[in-house]
This record gives sequence, C-alpha cells and structure tokens, in this order.
Amino acid sequence: MADDSTTVDLGFAALADPVRRAIIARLSRGPATVNEIAEPFAISLQAVSKHIQVLEHAGLVTRTRQAQRRPVHLNPDALEALTAWIDGYRLVHEQRFRRLDAILGAPTTPTRTDQE
Amino acid sequence: MSNSLHLDIPAAVPWIDFTREFDAPVAAVFEAHRDPEKVKQWLGPHGYEMVVDEWDFTTGGGYRYLHRTEHGDFGFRGVFHTIRDNEFALQTFEFDGAPDEVALEFMWFDDLGDGRTRLRGRSIGRTVEGRDAMVESGMQKGMSEGYERLDAIVSPTG
Repeated sequence: MADDSTTVDLGFAALADPVRRAIIARLSRGPATVNEIAEPFAISLQAVSKHIQVLEHAGLVTRTRQAQRRPVHLNPDALEALTAWIDGYRLVHEQRFRRLDAILGAPTTPTRTDQE
Repeated sequence: MSNSLHLDIPAAVPWIDFTREFDAPVAAVFEAHRDPEKVKQWLGPHGYEMVVDEWDFTTGGGYRYLHRTEHGDFGFRGVFHTIRDNEFALQTFEFDGAPDEVALEFMWFDDLGDGRTRLRGRSIGRTVEGRDAMVESGMQKGMSEGYERLDAIVSPTG
C-alpha cells in the first residue's frame, strides 16, 4: 500500500484530467462497465480503458468480476481522503475569513472618517 | 448565509488560488487588511495571540508578527511589494521555521457593488513539495481546530 502522500499525489494527478473527472462523476451514480462509461465520450474504448486504469492505479476506482461483466466501482474512501486533504487547509482559511466577516459586520468600529 | 471559500490547489504547480466573498464594501475589507489592530483579530489561528511587531500595509512596507502558542512562538515576516488601496496587494510571506521558503502572495479586492466584495488570492511557493507541505500542515491545524469547534458546538456554554 502506498503511503499517504503518494496516494494523494496519485489521486490528484488522476483527477487532473477532465475525462477522468467525468468518469468519476458517472460512477458516483453507480457502477458501470467500460462500454457504458465510454458511451458519452467521443474517444475510443481503448482510450477510456486507459483512463480507467489510471483511476484504478490511484485507488479511486476498483473493478470486480461478475460473470462476463467487469463493472467499475467508485472507491469513496479514496475520494474522501483527497477532499480531507484539501478540507483541513480550507478550514484554517475559512475560520480566518469568518473572523474577518465578524469584524466587517461589527457596527462599533468607527476607526476612520466617514461615520455619520 | 455565510459566504463559502473556494480553493483551487491544482496538481503539479506550486500555487494555491482562493476566492471568498464578503458582505461588506471593498473599502472595509481593505481596511481590515491595512489596520494592524483589525488584522490581529482575524489573521492569527483561532485561540492564539497574534503579536504584531510591524505592519505597514503600503507599497515598500513590511510586516513581522508572532503567533504565541503553548508550543512556543511562531514568527512570520514579509514585505508589501505593491499595495493599491481598495484594489490590489502583492506581498512576500516567510515562516521563520522554514527560512528562504518565501511565498509570493497576490490579492485582488473586487468591488461587486451592493456593498459586497470578492477577495481573490494566489499564493505561489518555491516548489510543489513546499506548497503541499503547507497545505498538509494546514490540514493538521485545521483538523484540531475542527475538533475545538465541535467542542464548542456540543457544549453550548462555549
């Protein structure tokens, strides 16, 4: 198993491509076969297959075997790890800006000129 | 309704972009960046005292401040390269604990009319690794503060 930073690197690299993001969006509605995934795209089945391999390598999707079908599933844990990585940073900034909101909203600070 | 923070941390480049709107006129948002007494109230991490040694938010000015924590003091400093009132700020940013890892920080104060302002920023680090380390340290901090906020929510006496 890759360590955390490698997982995050692979995850973000995988999501840097718009086709792969579209595939993730499709899979968020439920598992699908490569053929089903490829349907809306104007690119070859092979190309779609390659994209899925990248996502699989990054741990964002998994493939299972069901008879002749090999549906692709989203791995929500891996996606969550990526958003958690951003969210901590977001939280620091969010809190900072909420305090700024509070200061801006405070009516009791006539520091400069135009307070009628 | 609170305004949400949009972050963009693209792969393989050493910068972070953010966008945040405020229900306040652009002059007020700018003033909250210019006046060190106001800056102290919002810039520091929650619960830490921010000690400002210098804060001259003008072109060619500079800043130095400390976050005083139970783990010691953490110092930050930089220069304000360009400040245009109610419009734009460009500054450097350096954490004393990581000397020479200077980030360049751009900020745009957009007047949205109706007394609203959009703040847009880009922070550019020296390396992708450095940027990622910064985001990750923010994550640890953010998570611990997240629990503090949870504490505050579950115990209404606050």
